[in-house]
Amino acid sequence: MRAPENQAGFNFVTSQALVEIRDVNFTYDSRPVLKGINMTLPKGRVIAIMGGSGCGKTTLFRLIGGALKPNKGHVKIDGQVIHELDPQGLYDIRRKMGVLFQFGALFTDMSVYDNVAFQMREHTDLPEEIIRDLVMMKLHAVGLRGTHDLMPAELSGGMARRVALARTVALDPMLILYDEPFAGLDPISLTVVGNLIRRLNDALGATSVIVTHDVQESLKIVDYIYFIADGVIVAEGTPDEIRASDKPFVHQFVHGEMDGPVPFHYPGGDYQQDLGVRA
Amino acid sequence: MPIVKSLRVIGRRTVNSVWRLGYASRFFMLTLFYSGASFRRFHLTVKEMFSSGVMSLIIILVAGMFVGMVLGLQGYETLKRYGSESALGSLVALSLVRELGPVLAALLFASRAGSAMTAEIGLMKATEQIAAMEMMAVNPISRVIAPRFWAGVISMPLLSALFSAMGVFGGYVVGVVLIGVDEGSFWSQMQSAVDFQHDVMNGVIKSFVFGVAVTVIALFEGFDAPPTAEGVSGATTRTVVQSSLAILILDFILTAFMFRGE
Repeated sequence: MRAPENQAGFNFVTSQALVEIRDVNFTYDSRPVLKGINMTLPKGRVIAIMGGSGCGKTTLFRLIGGALKPNKGHVKIDGQVIHELDPQGLYDIRRKMGVLFQFGALFTDMSVYDNVAFQMREHTDLPEEIIRDLVMMKLHAVGLRGTHDLMPAELSGGMARRVALARTVALDPMLILYDEPFAGLDPISLTVVGNLIRRLNDALGATSVIVTHDVQESLKIVDYIYFIADGVIVAEGTPDEIRASDKPFVHQFVHGEMDGPVPFHYPGGDYQQDLGVRA
Repeated sequence: MPIVKSLRVIGRRTVNSVWRLGYASRFFMLTLFYSGASFRRFHLTVKEMFSSGVMSLIIILVAGMFVGMVLGLQGYETLKRYGSESALGSLVALSLVRELGPVLAALLFASRAGSAMTAEIGLMKATEQIAAMEMMAVNPISRVIAPRFWAGVISMPLLSALFSAMGVFGGYVVGVVLIGVDEGSFWSQMQSAVDFQHDVMNGVIKSFVFGVAVTVIALFEGFDAPPTAEGVSGATTRTVVQSSLAILILDFILTAFMFRGE
């Protein structure tokens, strides 16, 4: 399945890695969630991490963000092992990262403008006039300059996600993490958010990691995909390779089939016995 | 074995309570440690003082007025039996400044502002706003918790003073205006009976301590709330119950130290 070059002629093996995940194991309450994960996320690319609910992709996302520590192995961002950093070191590297949460996580007591300006005010000494220009530019990039004086409660779900996207890229991060960016969006918003993720990544020269289970939208915009099931990488490749894959799990996932390696029925006792037909 | 099971349950609850107490103490220490920004960027604290202090004004002033009016009525009824109606001013003022002002204002503050703080922080956590802040390299204790803490601590003595002032006014309206107690003796008795250091300052110290207790409980419950609707609702209830009990217990301890039946 591994093919070093995708359709854009990009080589995943020789390119400089921004994020390296090596032999990562994570256990939650003695239940292994991730088992020996290895990934290389090169600079300038959009990478999707896919899998069904509870497969461990959100845990991996939190490990990359430094919110969790692995039991074994490490996550390296820009040459620094995340879980070995002290709180100040972690904050320093997070200033170079942007995170888009599943439902935007906009600050509900602040206007759209103040949400986008939040990091600029917290981390820079820029005068308010410059901040204003930067906020307007970020909002313009997501097509929502006209909403700057609205409150988050006045936005639709798709608009809130786009404002959150503007806030995520407020300080031009080198790494952008997206947690289920397509969840709960209508088809138009879905396309808009998908295109924005790609365009912003290319404009900033950043690296984007999308944790999602939305196959069709992701295949349109990403450079490379990792499939996770039961805490291990079961498949990886470019969108074309994934579409053409004959691996049963990938085939079931991409085509949304009811039954397959992921069974329709939750394991249970004998059906006829449960119905009392057979003793 | 029901006895073993009961012992296990008691043990688990005790361990959990001690663990939570330790976590709350650590949370309080971190809040103090990261309080610098609340004063360097005082507008953050002022904004929170508006939501917790200014927005509580109506309930505090109205409650203070009626408590003072009731004191005026009940005080007059009792003092009349001993022919000491002229001491109504000192009775109303001492009751309010020493006890009722700090305690009732704190109880009202806990129900109005404390519950709102818990619900706000709990919902911020449930909607990942706290996590988002962490990921933006902004310390939520410094940016969200500490300004609210200091806003509560500063607001509480001010609200308590306003409660007492309105109470005195309520006592005056009922005692002097409606019942007809002599106005001169009402005010002069009050002036001679109330000692600034012994009565007013002790009342201020009480309301400061209540402010710390209520705000820490409210913020900790919000910060520690499970990120679900049920979790936030449970945390809000715990804030009101624990704050009210803390106020009454602390009031007894402080009163015992301050007044000692002198």
